[in-house]
Amino acid sequence: MSIAEWRQQLKLGKVSSLELVEEKLARIKKVDGKLHAFLEVTSDRARADAKRIDEARAKGQELPPLAGIPFAIKDNLCTKGVLTTCSSKMLEQFVPPYESTVTERLWNSGAVLLGKTNLDEFAMGSSTETSAFGATANPWNLARVPGGSSGGSAAAVASGECIASLGSDTGGSIRQPASFCGVVGLKPTYGRVSRWGLVAFASSLDQVGPFTTTVADSAEILQVIAGRDSRDSTCLEVAVPNYSETLNNSISGMRVGLIKECFEQNGLSDEVKKSVLESAQKLQLLGAELKEVSCPRFNDGIATYYVIAPSEASANLARYDGVKYGYRSMSTDNLSSMTTASRTEGFGSEVKRRILVGTYALSAGYVDAYYKKAQKVRTLIRNDFDNAFKQVDVLLTPTAPTTAFKVGTHSADPVSMYLSDLLTIPANLAGLPAISLPCGFDEAGLPIGMQLIGNVLEESRLLNVAHQYELEAGVMSGSPAGELIV
Amino acid sequence: MSHITSDDVRKVAKLARLKLDQEEVEKYTNQLEQILGYFEHLEDVDTSNVDPTTRAVEVVNRVRTDTVKTSQFREDLLDQAPHREGDFYRVPKILSD
Repeated sequence: MSIAEWRQQLKLGKVSSLELVEEKLARIKKVDGKLHAFLEVTSDRARADAKRIDEARAKGQELPPLAGIPFAIKDNLCTKGVLTTCSSKMLEQFVPPYESTVTERLWNSGAVLLGKTNLDEFAMGSSTETSAFGATANPWNLARVPGGSSGGSAAAVASGECIASLGSDTGGSIRQPASFCGVVGLKPTYGRVSRWGLVAFASSLDQVGPFTTTVADSAEILQVIAGRDSRDSTCLEVAVPNYSETLNNSISGMRVGLIKECFEQNGLSDEVKKSVLESAQKLQLLGAELKEVSCPRFNDGIATYYVIAPSEASANLARYDGVKYGYRSMSTDNLSSMTTASRTEGFGSEVKRRILVGTYALSAGYVDAYYKKAQKVRTLIRNDFDNAFKQVDVLLTPTAPTTAFKVGTHSADPVSMYLSDLLTIPANLAGLPAISLPCGFDEAGLPIGMQLIGNVLEESRLLNVAHQYELEAGVMSGSPAGELIV
Repeated sequence: MSHITSDDVRKVAKLARLKLDQEEVEKYTNQLEQILGYFEHLEDVDTSNVDPTTRAVEVVNRVRTDTVKTSQFREDLLDQAPHREGDFYRVPKILSD
């Protein structure tokens, strides 16, 4: 059920906030042993929040829009007084002294925290297998990965453990798991949403966004979390439009561009390609005009990203020195070796790999060849999008080249793992908003996702097209998910 | 661009304050070679007249008035320290013997 439907049930008194929380806690208890979407379940706090909301409702008080809606939060968003581990031994004991802006806005809107969700360590990965606390399984098939890095947040929504969740997206970490788990995932424009309290990975790319079962729910959550924040200087000072208001606009005459290079990928599965092209035809039935466009440098996104993201990560992760917070090794007796030992024992192998790549790319003599070169190619990728948006209103691609792959598929080969982000990375490099929504299933019964990419700050248009598609095709999120594992 | 050697990996690990054993040095040497080798796809891309993009969406600096505020977090922050002593962060000795 969507947020709007639950809100109606709560309003009519058909269910209380506490009953809703209890239902979700029971669901978590039933399925999370197999899924491991959650790292921590905040039952007591959820019950207390729900009771307070029920009391306020009983007194006839006006309640905020998300009152009583249970949320799960990716464990790289700081929650005051609640462990925020980034799925790393480095932050295993870290209890943030402050609340991230996005979660603060959710709680102010009445949302209830159910718990913190699993991720690839420090959000570095595409399968949630690099978590220091064990992998998350895909609710559609436990032998498959849920995608990553926000795999826990995606799996929790898909399996009905919560109504909605938040994740973060640096190269596809919201959209790819949304695609693998058959839910809606939105990455807003870079700077649309504050990153205060998001543990930094690659600062020129990171953005926070929602996972939901419907497009309308994503619109509602974006409404709450978007907008300026004096604590994040990269957060744009641009008015936030009413995202729900335009969902029902007609998309007749909307120009939808199919990026030629995406559909010509060697690694693109035939089933995924077919499903997304069929979805394009559904948009055409709604009056949209399909047009093939070319973004010649689109496929260079991955090589560009795997220099820029590790470079920024190596700088961001330099702060973990074992002094003020985080893990400290007790095995040494002087400051310098303490720092080295803390980092060596505290970080897992994917994080170390990226730190090494980034440190190399930024080291003397290599900056021009790697980091600067990557930033220049980034400009070319952006220019391609600028040209495309002169011809069309939104772009359509598959979200990922394949459906959810088997656990362990890419563990030994980092480059093959990185390729699963091929289609999502360019939107991060260009700072563009993009949404993944379910559009079909493969022969194995696994969900397929399609991605719509919009121009800067055109979330309204993206959500409009996605919502109209969903009305035409029917909501495909979540329904049988989880039943498979009961 | 150059071929990555195990000495490169050792040097970079030292800069990044990471200690690697011999097996890890070999593993990461191969993997860095692969990852950075993949980047060499871009050698043929002509970027001679292209400006770098440092951030996806340009923003201007915003300034606020410089006013003194008290932080409420002092105890909470100190409590996060792996080793706290009073109002100080305790660390092992800085100079070696």
